[in-house]
Amino acid sequence: MKVSYTKALQAPSIILLLLWMIVPLSMTLYFSFMRYNLLYPERTGFTGSLNYDFFLTDPALFDAVLNTLTLVGSIITISVVLGMGIALLLQEAFRGRGIVRVMLISPFFIMPTVNALIWKNMFMNPVYGLFAFVSGLFGWPIIDWLSDLPLLSIIIMLSWQWTPFALLIFMTSLQSMDKEQIEAAEIEGASFWSKFYYLTLPHLSRAIAVVIMIQAIFHLSIFAEIFVTTGGGPGYDSTNTTFLIFTQALLQFDVGVASAGGVFAIIIANIIAFFLIKTVAQGMAK
Amino acid sequence: MKIGYRNMKRLKHQSTVAACYILAVIFFFPIFWMVLTSFKTELQAISVPPLFFFEPTLENFSIVQERSDYFKYATNSIITSFGATIFALIIAVPSAYSMAFFPGRFTKDILLWMLSTKMLPAVGVLMPVYLLADSAGLLDTKTVLIIIFAMMNLPIIMWLLFSYFKEIPNEILEASRMDGCSTMDELRHIVLPLSWGGIASAALLCIVLCWNEAFWAINLTAGDAGTLTALIASYSSPEGLFWSKLSAASTLACAPIVIFGWFCQKQLVQGLTFGAVK
Amino acid sequence: MKNLKILAGSAILAVASSAAVQAGELTIATVNNGHMITMQGLTGHFEKANPGVTVNWVTLDEGTLRQRVTTDIATKGGQFDVMTIGMYEAPMWGAKGWLHSLDFGSDYDVDDILPAMRGGLSANGNLYAAPFYGESSMIMYRKDLLDAAGMTMPDNPTWGHVADAAAAMTDKANGLYGICLRGKPGWGDNAAFITTMANSFGARWFDEEWKPQLDSPAWNHALNFYVDLMMNYGPPGTPGYSFNEILALINEGKCGMWIDATIAASFVSDPSQSKVADVIAYAQAPVAVTHRGANWLWAWALAVPAGTQQSEDALKFVEWATSKEYIELVGNEVGWGSVPTGTRSSTYQNANFLAAANFADAEMKAILSADPSNSTQDPTPYQGVQFASIPEFQAIGTAAGQQFSAAVAGRISVEDALAAAQKAAEREMIKAGYY
Repeated sequence: MKVSYTKALQAPSIILLLLWMIVPLSMTLYFSFMRYNLLYPERTGFTGSLNYDFFLTDPALFDAVLNTLTLVGSIITISVVLGMGIALLLQEAFRGRGIVRVMLISPFFIMPTVNALIWKNMFMNPVYGLFAFVSGLFGWPIIDWLSDLPLLSIIIMLSWQWTPFALLIFMTSLQSMDKEQIEAAEIEGASFWSKFYYLTLPHLSRAIAVVIMIQAIFHLSIFAEIFVTTGGGPGYDSTNTTFLIFTQALLQFDVGVASAGGVFAIIIANIIAFFLIKTVAQGMAK
Repeated sequence: MKIGYRNMKRLKHQSTVAACYILAVIFFFPIFWMVLTSFKTELQAISVPPLFFFEPTLENFSIVQERSDYFKYATNSIITSFGATIFALIIAVPSAYSMAFFPGRFTKDILLWMLSTKMLPAVGVLMPVYLLADSAGLLDTKTVLIIIFAMMNLPIIMWLLFSYFKEIPNEILEASRMDGCSTMDELRHIVLPLSWGGIASAALLCIVLCWNEAFWAINLTAGDAGTLTALIASYSSPEGLFWSKLSAASTLACAPIVIFGWFCQKQLVQGLTFGAVK
Repeated sequence: MKNLKILAGSAILAVASSAAVQAGELTIATVNNGHMITMQGLTGHFEKANPGVTVNWVTLDEGTLRQRVTTDIATKGGQFDVMTIGMYEAPMWGAKGWLHSLDFGSDYDVDDILPAMRGGLSANGNLYAAPFYGESSMIMYRKDLLDAAGMTMPDNPTWGHVADAAAAMTDKANGLYGICLRGKPGWGDNAAFITTMANSFGARWFDEEWKPQLDSPAWNHALNFYVDLMMNYGPPGTPGYSFNEILALINEGKCGMWIDATIAASFVSDPSQSKVADVIAYAQAPVAVTHRGANWLWAWALAVPAGTQQSEDALKFVEWATSKEYIELVGNEVGWGSVPTGTRSSTYQNANFLAAANFADAEMKAILSADPSNSTQDPTPYQGVQFASIPEFQAIGTAAGQQFSAAVAGRISVEDALAAAQKAAEREMIKAGYY
């Protein structure tokens, strides 16, 4: 009796998400097999696999997929490692810890477009940016970030924005750690690394899995930052799959091909999720 | 021996504190620079070398105030972000509770499926959603934004809440059940207070995600229901220098959330102290 | 008696409520450029002259605006009553019947509108969008630097001369770059500019059979010239630079020359935002083998979508904002240097304007010399100087722009860039069913 009642508590979330998923997804699947360009509303009809053919034979596709994987992998690695390190540093109380916490979390509050514009114009510009200025002061070579290292520049921007996300979750999770256990280990002379490896890390494993899964989903569809800073270029250096879909959806207004691209994106995301689950999220439901 | 240990501890503590301050400054610096720029003229904003000291001006803020109805956009942002978060929490809390404490065979799969609803990039699904919203007569309403924001972030909240609920030690729950606690009581009197920090952090993240959501907020609104992200869009990349104005607009757009975050961070650290409870 | 009262009462209600529906709220979508912001500020005048109408502004950056209004008009969403569109969309959408044809009274003096503007915004002889402000492209250069190098700039220079001037003005050790040009990928960004360059080298986007011509020798010459010019005399970071980035550079005194929209002149010559305001001079856009299509033509125009509920008020607004009276209003209230230009010949005969804008001459010459239906050496099936007014061009131009920026970043050779751009163009044209 109790068990079925509690199962019912899950119903609203499942039903709502099911609707939210089914309706757009089925429309997308439908459109992906149809000819549907907003600017040519008179051209309709079933086109079979033509939309998929077009999307998958894009010369930019291979680079786009590679860039997408690079982006997801790098940003997650940086933000998890950095976020965890900072969360550990913040565990001990000290004067001004509250302000420091807010300062560290604040990058997440900035809008992605503004984030991108700040980095592009105020920091990374090789003529009037702050990085160029500082490099000049120290005699270091001036790096043309967005032209020579576009993907890395985007990774930096996004890691800056998402490390606070990881930090916040780790901080919250660390609060529930068993302090007595840690103190006992310290009294027995355990080193920092063994404390970390045998006590902290297992406790945080679920939080790490959550951060990785959530960030993976977000980073697969990075768009605004790329659009504002590099426009996908130079060449295909900073094009990802979402940018390709954007080109079809909002430059060409070709809903058919964009939908095919969307289905492709879902398949890629599922493959990535599959690998992540096997490696990271195994112990989630334990 | 004992003295050496204490000195070591103090040295470690001080270097930890120093590292925290340095990291805080590094992470906060771009925001500081943006706020600084909002007090510069456009010419000062682009100057080479970058200006740290200058005569501040409030003209950018008054331009933003004159040009656009900041309060209308801010109100819309508040209503849609908080509305969506509350809606999502009401659905997610009982659901995550049920999954965390009465897990079934499919719990993990359901959670993964929930996350997979976010796999379709928004740009790819704009047309279907736009057409749906149009036929429902919901274009340019706060309602449609609340629904979309809530659905977009429901999986995130579910995952976060599930993870925090899981951290509540089983002994506490077993003790309460042995005392004859009903499910609802258990949820309200034990689980919620203990995981309050976790719920607060999930709520804060959801509010921020909704607050900064630009794609749907711009594409589905036309002046009535626009949020602060639409306001920002009116300051970015026009023909002509715009950085100090954009900085001023962004400062105004992010300020409410940063202030809210400041009040929240106290909440975040309460609650999850299970060691003491034991 | 009672029935009559009820009838009278409901009749009054019906009239009153229908009046409430008509006197309504106009939602206007516009781009966030300076002239539009000024128009927003002057809305009160329109509202006073048309009691009962209030205006609700939606201001967005160009790319987002285009996406938003195209989505709305193509799905007949009816969200906007007036849209700000450009020379790219107006002929296309007018021909599809998506816009109201504009037919104002004689007071409006539609013949005062510059012929190229009027033609560029019409389809089948009907005007579908009223030009709010227009621009062409021209050279803005540092006269002081050129004098110091002992050179001059003729009014109609060749690209060769421009390259020499750039070489003479470049001093990289001191952060001075002879020429700054757009490099950010985008059909309206680097592709637009490079298209005008290519036009002047004798190239065209498509031949009469709509086959892309990016593998032609003319395109090769043009792109090679651009890449060499930027690599030798251009600033670092060019692959990311659009209008505002270069504006910042030139206003800070880092550029010797800039070839871009004529509206830039009003920013570079404004002492409150430019350190070089008084040493900038102007010349027409450079040519190589032909002057056709060497300078672009663009207008931001106001149009009324066919699906709007408030067409009467919307048309009134469009008429107000693009009239001679509006230009007078801006001149008197804001300043004659800030009036929207490039639309009417009467503006260029106005003594107040000519006195306030030292670039008026050069700008007018540029605009008058651009013709969207005659922009290439060889005949073409498309309209447009720096774009082809076909729905496929946004994607094609952006894909080509990505390749161009890769070439100027030194990633790939010019030949490879053009080959990749050609392939991208062919794919889109085949998919769209041209052949």
